[in-house]
Amino acid sequence: MLSKRVIPCLDVRNGRLTKGIKFEGNVDIGDPVETARRYYEEGADEIVFYDITASHEHRGIFLDVVEKVASQIFIPFSVGGGISSVDDMRDVLVAGAEKVSVNSGAVKNPDIISEGAERFGSQCVVLGMDVKRVKKSESIPSGFEIVIHGGRKYMGMDAIEWAKTGEALGAGEICLNSIDADGVKTGYDLKLTRMVAEAVTIPVIASGGAGTPQHMVDAVTEGRASAALIASIVHYGEYTIPEIKEYMAKAGVQTRTIW
Amino acid sequence: MLAIFDYKAGNQTSVHRALEHLGIPNKITNNPEELDAAAGIIFPGVGAAGQAMDELHSGGLDEVIKSLIWQKKPVLGICVGCQILLDYSEENDTKALEVIPGECRLFNSSWVDYENIPIRVPHMGWNQVELVKECELFDGIDPDADFYFVHSYFPAPKEDFVIGTTRYGIDFCSVHGRKGLWAVQFHPEKSGRPGLKMLNNFYKFCLEDAHAE
Repeated sequence: MLSKRVIPCLDVRNGRLTKGIKFEGNVDIGDPVETARRYYEEGADEIVFYDITASHEHRGIFLDVVEKVASQIFIPFSVGGGISSVDDMRDVLVAGAEKVSVNSGAVKNPDIISEGAERFGSQCVVLGMDVKRVKKSESIPSGFEIVIHGGRKYMGMDAIEWAKTGEALGAGEICLNSIDADGVKTGYDLKLTRMVAEAVTIPVIASGGAGTPQHMVDAVTEGRASAALIASIVHYGEYTIPEIKEYMAKAGVQTRTIW
Repeated sequence: MLAIFDYKAGNQTSVHRALEHLGIPNKITNNPEELDAAAGIIFPGVGAAGQAMDELHSGGLDEVIKSLIWQKKPVLGICVGCQILLDYSEENDTKALEVIPGECRLFNSSWVDYENIPIRVPHMGWNQVELVKECELFDGIDPDADFYFVHSYFPAPKEDFVIGTTRYGIDFCSVHGRKGLWAVQFHPEKSGRPGLKMLNNFYKFCLEDAHAE
């Protein structure tokens, strides 16, 4: 039986691990390579890295991090942040990532999904979606709107429609981030997660809001997600990954227990 | 030395990194002499079967790998490298290498898993392997260990060649072959410690095999 995945997410800025709340107020919390290796050894099922470096000129530092990670951890990991062309995708895949996540780059140019899928395979292409709750309207019938620029820019696109479009274009997975829930640790947006998970047949990773292991259980049961992204809850040592997995297993969720 | 068969498969560097980590001498190559000199060959692969076969045909590499297999050189096929050892793949309607009888089929997203929830395609993530035959690759690996899968098509070889199965909507064949010619649908190079152990087991087999000759 397929296990539900627990995926720590590492935000990297200028080669350092950082964490903010609702995409703001980032503080340095360590070395990303060292942290990734610790999570690998503790049983993380996958790792996600986001390059939140503001300027493109520091790209090399980030790719260097990706290469170091690839030679030290032997589970899949994906990389996102600032991916706006097929060449950007190639750079991180060559550096050793299994998957590459496109977000605002795909909103601006949806063809990047199909071009990436054709060139590297669908399994490589993750559609990252940042979503905010809004009033339902004709253009946003679900009440969930796609935003970019860390949640500052509303795109007038319905999140459910965009998920279906992304799947049709060839994305192999969706990483679904609720900006409303990000960093506040009150649980994933289960309504959003379930709506997207039921609208597509590719796997959906729930993101934003994890505060307790029960939240992860909820994401993969009620929310129908295939995986749960976590950040603060493990970065600050409130829970360890084995504790989270043990809790999920007791709640009847299939998880990977041997690593 | 293990050779990693070079036909521009996406995961050949991941395999290389895992072997480096294990301290196993290895080289990414498609040079027939180097392949022949290697104790064993890892036949990697990600992406689409059609593209992989095109890549193999273009340099005559399909004949190179086939002749090594006929000479009983130990081979470990991974993912697409596992699928294209069969006769045929539904993916891109591809005639494959015809080394192991059988074909490769597409998962159907109307198949249901536990609790009657339809499966998602691709099959992506960690899943277990139930061995139906003994296999040296699994020596010392906990039977409950998970391996990392990412694929939309699954191998369906002739029954005699099924070594292990995995449950995803149906029980599909996730390990097939015969002694010394193994094919795994999952990615041992990305399956944590159990996967690394498997690569080590393969290397150990290759060394003993070379010694026995």
